[in-house]
Amino acid sequence: MIHARGLARTFDTKRGREKVAVNAVGGVDIDVEEGEIVGFLGPNGAGKTTTLRMLTTLLKPTSGTATVAGFDLAKEPIKVRQSIGYVSQSGSTAGIARAGEEIVDHALLYGISASRAERRGKELFDQLELDGMWQRQPKTMSGGQRRRLDIAMGLVHDPKLVFLDEPTTGLDPQARANLWVHISGLRTKLGSTIFLTTHYLDEADALCDRILVIDHGVIVASDTPDALKRQVAGDLIELVLADETQISLAASHLASLVDGSEADVNGRVVSMRVPSAGTELPALLRALDRAGVSLAAIEVRRPTLDDVFLTMTGRSLREDA
Amino acid sequence: MTFAFQTWVIFRRQMRLALRNPAWVIIGLAQPVLYLCLFGPLLKPLAAQIGTTNAYTFFVPGLLIQLGLFGALFAGFGLVSEWREGVIEAERVTPASRTALLLGRILRDISLLFAQGVILVALGFAFGMRGSIGGMLLGLILTMLLGGACSAASNALALTLKSEDALAPILNSIALPVLLLAGILLPISVATGAPQWLVTLSDFMPIKYLVDALRELFNGNIATITTMWGVLWTLVLFGLGLWFGTRTFRKDNA
Repeated sequence: MIHARGLARTFDTKRGREKVAVNAVGGVDIDVEEGEIVGFLGPNGAGKTTTLRMLTTLLKPTSGTATVAGFDLAKEPIKVRQSIGYVSQSGSTAGIARAGEEIVDHALLYGISASRAERRGKELFDQLELDGMWQRQPKTMSGGQRRRLDIAMGLVHDPKLVFLDEPTTGLDPQARANLWVHISGLRTKLGSTIFLTTHYLDEADALCDRILVIDHGVIVASDTPDALKRQVAGDLIELVLADETQISLAASHLASLVDGSEADVNGRVVSMRVPSAGTELPALLRALDRAGVSLAAIEVRRPTLDDVFLTMTGRSLREDA
Repeated sequence: MTFAFQTWVIFRRQMRLALRNPAWVIIGLAQPVLYLCLFGPLLKPLAAQIGTTNAYTFFVPGLLIQLGLFGALFAGFGLVSEWREGVIEAERVTPASRTALLLGRILRDISLLFAQGVILVALGFAFGMRGSIGGMLLGLILTMLLGGACSAASNALALTLKSEDALAPILNSIALPVLLLAGILLPISVATGAPQWLVTLSDFMPIKYLVDALRELFNGNIATITTMWGVLWTLVLFGLGLWFGTRTFRKDNA
């Protein structure tokens, strides 16, 4: 659905009197297959929006090629536009317009007849819980409603591929969770392929089949959320001991799971990261039991995408978010 | 057909929004009307000195040009706020022609200008202006073309700058010299006592030829050299504005 090779974009800016070329995106390869939900994860300024604007024909790449929805980005931009939907972070409707009019006018620009546009628009309003809002002015809608209206605008021509730029930024937690349901519903109900950018880890985790991690204009990782977490950080096993004198015994058992590693000791807590806690735990527990180590509690922490990002880039996502 | 239809869709939407919040249309008209009411009476006793018999027949054509210039020149502000609401991007990601996106907006400004111009001329009549109706109609058409050129340039500038703060000083620094050098308020002519250097300077101001042409037209002098120069300059400005506007709107990274 998307195949990009070496897609790059340089901006000229002035630093003092000097003209400097800034590499916003430095040659990314992206492959998205039909029916996938792919997340583009990275801190603000990493190049997410720039990449998205290139893929949606809004910005001309400085170099590189891409096929989007089956059409060459440079040679057939009109056909690309015909087949994709784009929901930008800045919105898509005038505050003083009427929601329904905006939907219909938008559809007309895609060459859809007015009657079909209205029917399709009303269907989308139903699906996106916007029923009764056809005559409403977008400025009177809540943040979540207005974002759903933007999604309806992006879907009115039934695109095969939908781009969502930071779909839940600025929404409250309930509105975000609600929007996630609608976004994953796009695939199950409409069979759309979805490419979204986010700087929220939980969002990428909850929605995406696959994540591309971008930092400083370069893709640093691409995998499923689980594989990314497994590959980089490993699971954290924490043993809370009932008897403090058994600490070194417990620590040596835990350390023996991974060659050449050492467990951290903190009071009555012994902890260490292992590649996969699920497969190690049964044997570890039996061994501890045989050695007579009594545990007050045991805790397993799966790595978060923040851990992944920290390991890969040396920075935390949250610092920038 | 598709292009015309897309232009129509954009135009209709823009008109709907403009009429839903007509404050700007009224504010745009307020300036020339204030000039007509508060400055016009001062010209009346000076009619002979500025080389005319009816001060209003002299003054209204200038105000019409002022309306065309300023109303349309500030259209770019609307575009910046549309940009901020994401509307421009949303339209640019559709297969619609990007020229149609501009043309629909220019047509909105020209239509509003027509309505404002008719009101202004009617008010002129109320104040005692007399002249050739046919000439006035032609004058109104020239004004609308000038407005179209200004609207195209202003929208293109706004799309490039995307900021009111950058747009305002540029437009103001264009508007004031134009207002003064085009002879909108008082004639710039050696015959009425203007110094030669100022007359020479104003000869480089294309809008002056439009103002002069409109004054001729209002007096019913349609086939004159002055009128011809006005028409010529209008067409040149219109062509330049449209060229600059479409070029900017079609650029891939604007």
